[in-house]
Amino acid sequence: MAVTNVTSFGRSGLADWLVQRISGVIITIYLVFIVAYLIAHPGLTHGEWVELHRCFWVRLLSVMTILSFAAHAWIGMWAVLTDYVTVRLLGPKATALRIFLQFGVIAVIITYVGWAVDILWGI
Amino acid sequence: MLLKQGLEVSLTVNKKRPVNLDIGTFRLPITAYVSILHRVSGVALLAVTGLLLWMLDVSLSSAEGFASIGAGLANPWLQLLLWGMLAAVAYHLVAGIRHMIMDFGVGESLEGGVLGARLVLVAAGLLILLTGVWIWL
Repeated sequence: MAVTNVTSFGRSGLADWLVQRISGVIITIYLVFIVAYLIAHPGLTHGEWVELHRCFWVRLLSVMTILSFAAHAWIGMWAVLTDYVTVRLLGPKATALRIFLQFGVIAVIITYVGWAVDILWGI
Repeated sequence: MLLKQGLEVSLTVNKKRPVNLDIGTFRLPITAYVSILHRVSGVALLAVTGLLLWMLDVSLSSAEGFASIGAGLANPWLQLLLWGMLAAVAYHLVAGIRHMIMDFGVGESLEGGVLGARLVLVAAGLLILLTGVWIWL
């Protein structure tokens, strides 16, 4: 019997485990790309920076990265909150507090995704 | 005396169940600190990502915005803030790579875990140092 929890991301530990790794690899690819680009362009201009983000492949990688971040942060924060904001450590009000914090985290994550899409398609 | 204590224990036993692994009483090994730092840096990255998104937004919005980010990054305090943010990214990345290496069954023994944790600290330290070089040189 798999342990499930309504506030986890993939509703199963194995799914979350896999998503956490795939999303981590995508974020790493983005980081390596953007840092390499910035190191290769020390005198970067606004025009070049905008041009880079208008490129289809950069937009695709950026969208994949923010979606990966969303899943990765959801799973990671769920793991942290369910470990520390517990009835055993904080008392009977911990469950309500944890659910409140988890909703807060989810709200922040959804805001970031909307913001990132707005940035990428606003240029 | 002993009888009285025993009676108290039996009365409170349902409220104060023994905890199997009370990590608050342990002296933590290096692997625990590496793991806790992975969590702390991860939680910090939730806020860091917001700041990086804001920088991306302003830098792309207009030539003036781009120039203002450039000017901001010339401020020593903001450089220090950026370094701290990138340090969290660097540490979390290195500790995450260790997780994936361990997924392949490498470094799962007690000695391997300790060695892996040490390598994470060394590699992350080097990466954070290089990030500082990138910012200030």
